[in-house]
Amino acid sequence: MSEKVHIETNINGSQVEFLCEPRQSLLEVLRDVLDMTGTKEGCNDGNCGACTVIVDDRIIDSCLMLAVESQGKKITTIEGVAYTDRLHPLQQAFLENAALQCGICTPGFIVAAKSLLDREPDADEGRIRQWLAGNLCRCTGYDKIVRAVLAAKETMKNE
Amino acid sequence: MDHIGGAALRNFKYFSPTTLGEAIRLMADQGISTKILAGGTDILVQLRSDRFQVDRLIDVKNIPEMNELSYSTTDGLLLGAAVPCYKIYEHNDVREMYSGVVDAAFIIGGIQIQGRATIGGNLCNASPSADAIPSLVVLSAICLIEGPNGRRELAVEEFCTGPGKNALAPGEILVALRFPPTVASSGAHYLRFIPRNEMDIAVAGVGAWVSLDEKTHRVKQARIALSAVGPTPIFAKEASEILSGLDPNEESFELAAQAAQKAASPIDDMRGTVRQRVHLVGVLTKRALRKAVNRAKES
Repeated sequence: MSEKVHIETNINGSQVEFLCEPRQSLLEVLRDVLDMTGTKEGCNDGNCGACTVIVDDRIIDSCLMLAVESQGKKITTIEGVAYTDRLHPLQQAFLENAALQCGICTPGFIVAAKSLLDREPDADEGRIRQWLAGNLCRCTGYDKIVRAVLAAKETMKNE
Repeated sequence: MDHIGGAALRNFKYFSPTTLGEAIRLMADQGISTKILAGGTDILVQLRSDRFQVDRLIDVKNIPEMNELSYSTTDGLLLGAAVPCYKIYEHNDVREMYSGVVDAAFIIGGIQIQGRATIGGNLCNASPSADAIPSLVVLSAICLIEGPNGRRELAVEEFCTGPGKNALAPGEILVALRFPPTVASSGAHYLRFIPRNEMDIAVAGVGAWVSLDEKTHRVKQARIALSAVGPTPIFAKEASEILSGLDPNEESFELAAQAAQKAASPIDDMRGTVRQRVHLVGVLTKRALRKAVNRAKES
C-alpha cells in the first residue's frame, strides 16, 4: 500500500479535499471516494468518453487522469450541470428527443456537449458531430443525440 | 470498483517537480523504474494493460521549459514537450505557420484526448502509426533533450528507433521541440487513411512540406514522411529530393508518390494489408503534396 496523498480541488463550485493513492484515476476517486457516481466507467482506456468531465475548461477522459493531478484544478462533472431549480437545457433536450436508451454514455455526452455550446454557442451539426466523436453510444445511432444538442443550442440562445 | 476495461493500476510514487533540474535528479536514481507522465493518454493505458510497471511517475506538466509555446521570426517555434494538442491548434502563430503540426494535433484522438495528449508524448511513445511524427519530420523539428550528462539535440527523424523505442538514454527527458522559422512560399500538410471519420489509428499516413521558388514557382525543396508503413515513421528521402527543381504538378507528384511507395515497408495486420498500405502511400502522398503546394501558394 503506497502512501495516500492529500488533494484539494474544486468540484462543481465546491472546495473538496480527499485522500487518494497515486494509482487512482480521477474517475475512481469521483465514484468510489466521493460517491459521485454520475460519471460513468465505460472502457477505462480513453476510447468511449463515458467518463468525460471538464477540468479547467477542457473536457478530458477522467479514466486517463490521475486523481493526484487534480490538485488545485477546477472540475465540472455531470452533477454540476443542472441549474438549482431545473434541468440544464441539454438534459431537458436529451429527455424530449429520446436521446438515450441504456444511459451509460449520457453523462459523458451531456458534459461534452455543454463544453462545446458554452464556448461555441453557434456550433453547427458538423462541428457537434466532430466534437462528440470521442463519445461512443452503442444504442441510439447518434442521430437523436445530435438532434438533442441542436435543440438545446436553440434553447440556450434564448435564455 | 470492478473494472470493465483495463485493470486498476498498480501502485507507484507520483512526483510533480516544478523545475527541470529536479525532474532530471528524480530520473537519475538508480534501480528505480521511472517514467514521465505528460498527457497520460498512452502511459496510463499501457500501465493498466500490464505491458510494464513503474516505481515512479514524474509529472512534467509543472515544468516551465516543458510548457513553452512561443514563436519568433529569428528562432522559429519552440514547442514544450508537455504542451497538449489543443493549445497547438488554438495558437494563432502555429495555426498560420505550422499547419502541418495543426493537422496532426487536430486528429489525434477526440476532443477529450486532445485536452491532455501532447506532441512530445506522441513522439516519445514512438508508435509506428503516430500521427504527429511525419509533420515533425517534414518541418525539420529538432528534439531538445536534457539528461544527467547535459543537453543535446537530435533531428526528429533520428529519434524513433523501433516500435515503442526511442533514442533517449536512461535518465534523459525530451524537453521541447524546436522548428526552424518558416520560409516564404512554403506549406505543409499531414493526412492519414482511417476507416472511420474520427478517432482511429492510421492505416497509413503521409506528411509533406514544400517550399516554392518565388520567381519560377518550381519546387525549391520538399520533405515527405510516412507513418504506419514501417517499424518507425519514415523520412522518405528519395521521394523528397526527386521534387527539387520540378514544377509542382500532377506529373511530379506521381514521381514522388512512386518513390514514397518504395520507401514504405509495411506489414499485414488487423488494420490493413501490405498491398493496401503501399497503394495508400501513393494516394496520400499526392494528396498531401497538392495541399502543401496550395498552402505554399497562399502563404
